[in-house]
Amino acid sequence: MESPLTFYEEGLPGIDTEALCGKLLVIEGPDGVGRSTQIRLLRAWLEHSGHAVMDTDMARSALMGKAIRLAKEGNTLGPLTMSLLYATDFADRLQNEIIPALRAGFVVLTDRYIFSTIARAGARGSDAAWIRQVFGFALRPHAVFYLKAGVQDLLPRVVYARGGFDYWESGMDVRLGKDLYASFVRYQTRLIRSLDSMARRYDFQVLDASRPPDKIFLDLKKRISKLLQTRRPRRKPARAARPEAAAAEA
Amino acid sequence: MRVFSPRKFPGKLIVVEGIDGSGKSTQLALLSQWLRSRGFGVVFSEWNSSPMVKGTTKRAKKKDMFTPTTFSLIHATDFADRTERHIFPPLRAGSVVCADRYAFTAFARDVARGVSRRWVRNLYRFAVRPNLAFYFRVSLDVALGRILGGRDALKYYEAGMDLRLSRDVEESFRLFQGRIIDEYEAMIEEFGFRVMDATLSIEAQQTQMRAIVEKELDLTHTNGLLRTPWKGTLDANGIPADFL
Repeated sequence: MESPLTFYEEGLPGIDTEALCGKLLVIEGPDGVGRSTQIRLLRAWLEHSGHAVMDTDMARSALMGKAIRLAKEGNTLGPLTMSLLYATDFADRLQNEIIPALRAGFVVLTDRYIFSTIARAGARGSDAAWIRQVFGFALRPHAVFYLKAGVQDLLPRVVYARGGFDYWESGMDVRLGKDLYASFVRYQTRLIRSLDSMARRYDFQVLDASRPPDKIFLDLKKRISKLLQTRRPRRKPARAARPEAAAAEA
Repeated sequence: MRVFSPRKFPGKLIVVEGIDGSGKSTQLALLSQWLRSRGFGVVFSEWNSSPMVKGTTKRAKKKDMFTPTTFSLIHATDFADRTERHIFPPLRAGSVVCADRYAFTAFARDVARGVSRRWVRNLYRFAVRPNLAFYFRVSLDVALGRILGGRDALKYYEAGMDLRLSRDVEESFRLFQGRIIDEYEAMIEEFGFRVMDATLSIEAQQTQMRAIVEKELDLTHTNGLLRTPWKGTLDANGIPADFL
């Protein structure tokens, strides 16, 4: 029988994790590694196989989406503020999107989770234990698929597919090099090192993302199929103990 | 667990805490004017005032979008932004920073909303430990009278209506602010609050506050604090008394 989802640390007040019967799957990896492409493919495949899918991405919450966009347009966003803007965004999506979807039995695909924010905080010199504990209220996902690639693998995608370097993806707020390219390379190297170092603590499944997208997709598909095959536990009588169900049984 | 980052700045940080209607803002305004008139560089920072998230907080409050956790996190975001802009830099420059509410407000309110004590203390671990924290102690009845004397009604979140403790606003206010007072009282020892009797006259409280600041912050010496180049005393607008 499957055990219910758990929180990393103390968790959210008032949430019954027993009731969360969906699957929580995370795709992690650096900027430009192809996470959103994989999520698009996975969503289509999962829905084709009959699963209800909900996907979510950073900075998309109803509460914080606009605030984050505005904050990034300015030029005085400090590292602590940045971490907490994203933590607030995450908390809102967790409570108002992810948890309700899990309760309804959805497969939730999340494009990054708490790990990118932890890595970004680390790359800016923040206290790692601090931000990890801030995220103690996060649910421990069923699987975290880490698309691992080197900076050299990211460059073609960033240059050809996006047409250039983004200010924030290049860590220009901490300016690690004399131009966008130099800063991008050093900043992304730090992020990748940081994600690598989290692999054990957070139980990542590491996938080689220097391969072409179709190969990565097949790999993900195989792993997710296995994960979804584990039989759902039969509804326990305890869980069906709503008054009307009890009355019907009597 | 370590709460707050160690002080390593020449500046001084003075904070006031207490429930709404305790009179702390009045006292802090008087104190900062006095410090300015003595030639110190004073910077003022108020809870929930960062332009980066203020609009979001206002909108979300109106639409009742908050959970206890997001309520806590957005206030921490506001606090982080003010810390990075208006608290760290002036303290490094040697200013006296006066904060109307500080992390303790979150420790009291968020815990009253059901957030874990330990988690919220970690959340604010980056904050500078204040040199002086004044706690304005007042009974619920007095606070309620002062709030309702100044405006029409209690606010939704101020009364903790999001917690559904009671459908009656005043009753909910009493229950929620009562919890907050319990948290503050428990923090007196934990953080070494200076307890002020907020039922005394405004003048009497201010005299006490000034005496404590004078003694604790050793204002007779320059000790790295920013001072105006003017000789003599300045008036409330920072103009020397003998200038005109």
